[in-house]
Amino acid sequence: MKTDELLINMGPVHPSTHGVLRFKLTMDGEIIRNCEIVMGYLHRGTEKLGEMKTYMQFVPYTDRLDYMSAFANNYAYVKAVEELAGIEVPLRAEYIRVLTLELNRIVNHLVMIGSLLLDLGASTMIMYGFRERENALALFDMLCGARMTFNYIKPGGVREDMPEGFIPKLNEFINDMDKRIDDYEQLVSGNEIFMGRMKGIGVMSAQDAINYGMTGPSLRGHGVNYDIRKLEPYSVYPDLDFKVCVRNECDSFARYMVRIDEMRESLHILRQVVDAMPPAKPASQAKYGIAPMTGAPTAVSTYFPRIFTPPPGEVYSRIEAPKGELGFYIVSDGTIKPYRIKIRSPSFCNLTAIPKMVEGLMIPDLIAAFGTIDVVLGDVDR
Amino acid sequence: MLFLAMWTGDIMFANAYELIVFILNFIGIYEPINNIFKTLGIEYILRIIIVFAEIAVLLVFALLTIMFLTWMERKVVAMVQARYGPMVTGPRGLLQPVMDGVKLIGKEDIIPAKADRWVFTLAPFLVFIPALLIFIPLPFGESLIISDLKVGLLYLIAISALSPIAILLAGWSSNNKYSLMGAMRAVAQDISYTIPLALSAIAIVLFTGSLSTVDIVTAQNGTWFGFIPKWFIFLQPLGFILFLIASIAEMGRIPFDFQESEQELVAGFFTEYSGIKFAMFFLAEYAHLFSVSAIVVTLFLGGWSFPYLSLLPAAVVPLISLGVFLVKTYAVIFFAMWLRHTVPRVRIDQLLNLGWKIMIPLALLNLLVTGFLLTIGVFQ
Repeated sequence: MKTDELLINMGPVHPSTHGVLRFKLTMDGEIIRNCEIVMGYLHRGTEKLGEMKTYMQFVPYTDRLDYMSAFANNYAYVKAVEELAGIEVPLRAEYIRVLTLELNRIVNHLVMIGSLLLDLGASTMIMYGFRERENALALFDMLCGARMTFNYIKPGGVREDMPEGFIPKLNEFINDMDKRIDDYEQLVSGNEIFMGRMKGIGVMSAQDAINYGMTGPSLRGHGVNYDIRKLEPYSVYPDLDFKVCVRNECDSFARYMVRIDEMRESLHILRQVVDAMPPAKPASQAKYGIAPMTGAPTAVSTYFPRIFTPPPGEVYSRIEAPKGELGFYIVSDGTIKPYRIKIRSPSFCNLTAIPKMVEGLMIPDLIAAFGTIDVVLGDVDR
Repeated sequence: MLFLAMWTGDIMFANAYELIVFILNFIGIYEPINNIFKTLGIEYILRIIIVFAEIAVLLVFALLTIMFLTWMERKVVAMVQARYGPMVTGPRGLLQPVMDGVKLIGKEDIIPAKADRWVFTLAPFLVFIPALLIFIPLPFGESLIISDLKVGLLYLIAISALSPIAILLAGWSSNNKYSLMGAMRAVAQDISYTIPLALSAIAIVLFTGSLSTVDIVTAQNGTWFGFIPKWFIFLQPLGFILFLIASIAEMGRIPFDFQESEQELVAGFFTEYSGIKFAMFFLAEYAHLFSVSAIVVTLFLGGWSFPYLSLLPAAVVPLISLGVFLVKTYAVIFFAMWLRHTVPRVRIDQLLNLGWKIMIPLALLNLLVTGFLLTIGVFQ
């Protein structure tokens, strides 16, 4: 019997495209023959905006890239600026930065696992994930007064020191999370239906994954040991003991399991950071709610003026964000504003692998594979 | 007096009609009324009025049940997901379904420009009617049945197989690709799951030798060794599991909610529906949930029967048995709700594989073994 191919426009308004993403699917019945990704619905010209702001002013804009892990964006940009201008950072500030980065990684993976399960139809996991995320957001709130868009990490350090009572709360969270992750594994990982939906689905060879420029946990699910924290150590990561979580199955389940493993690993890092945190000088112990934006040196920030001119030159600096390699390429012409900013965002590169991944699969598999790639549209379109 | 008469006498009624006539008779108003109608030569009108009264009671019961179920679903989800659920409207949010109804009625009723207007309008009602028709041969309690059909079980399966037609109409007439895919999935799913459903129900019929739901329930009266109730779940454990899985597929709930599959097909076959028409689909879904659970209870969990129920005075048996029936039904419903919010959805081809390659062979095997054991007389 002759049948026609069906063209389905999935998105930009669709429950499981995680924002405004559009898939143009050519379907043969339920089978996807061709998948074309249409993006750009959330394009805000962040890179161009960067050319019109001073170095310091651009930090809040980075919050809005990948709003699930804004600390990582903050840090990636600030790290590039620091390398460009040659700014020294107090050790305590570096430890606080790593603390926020790893906490942010846990938050990001909680949301990812929750929304993946929601995409598969299991509505409970996202509630559990958000319950724990809420605790982490309360910690962020304590730290910098914001829950999602922080503007906390600035060139020269962090904006203010940890408030009193932060570390005990953090320890509480870490101990709580240990049990919770076991709970998640009990609810999700061993579920027969879940495994049936994930194992052997969205398979892609490691070479293909590298060719498409995939990075981060999504790549590590393909058996590639690629982690910038180890490869090009930055901040205090060389002093910390952690292992890179890699799974070899190359399918959706492997990509999911890497996230679970990474949450455990992040907790391990957090414990070390708490133990090794250098003491603050008593005089500069900042109180919660007061933002010392004067540029004066504190325990967590070197003296640094708000407007400064790095020497002419260019820098590409990258970090291991929760979603993958996040890089900032900044060109300076010796003025107070950058000449050019280019963001290499993990979501964008990971997303491009989807068409190859889902060819010959069905719509439910597309959604499962897409969920394991962990994409935030603010990061894709910039 | 009425109760005394029923207390002493061992009175059973074939259905609710006879129960009503008996009560009217007892109060002493049946004969006078009947005489009036007789002199006019229209005594069949009285029969019709009584039947209508029964239907009205059933309809009110069904609608109240559906409203309660929507509230219960939210509360069960909330329990599973560590939150409160509706709390604002009414005590513990009990009036939430009313507010939902008001909201849905107030919504604009949109018919897409390129939809098939007639079919599009007709489909929600065609979904809702079978969902109510299923209630007719359901034994809610002793004597509490609208009509004890000789082909009760066949009727139940046949009527519940009607709803995919309406779903297909809805999906096709919406002129929306998601709706169409949802409808196609619903039909594929229903065809593959009605078969194991019917096959595992036939194994029950082998025991009772009758398709009547009342006969099936009375066959489960009594106990083995004085404490194990003679429910068919103990004779047919495999049949029960197959029937339960197929029932959940029939209800169209996660893990088998392919007609909707929100994350894939937006809302499946009712993507384009809004307002009261959407509410009709919603209500039909919950009517289905109740009726399918009631069928599970009737076939496998002893219906309204309970060990030593016959020791109670005959006057209270209909009420007690109604309570027993509802408790069992709500237990099955709770299980379905619990399941819905714990597991992910299976994929459509996995579902069809499960249906055709595992459940149908198992159901046939179950039927074969049951027939064989009955023939050699193990169960006598």
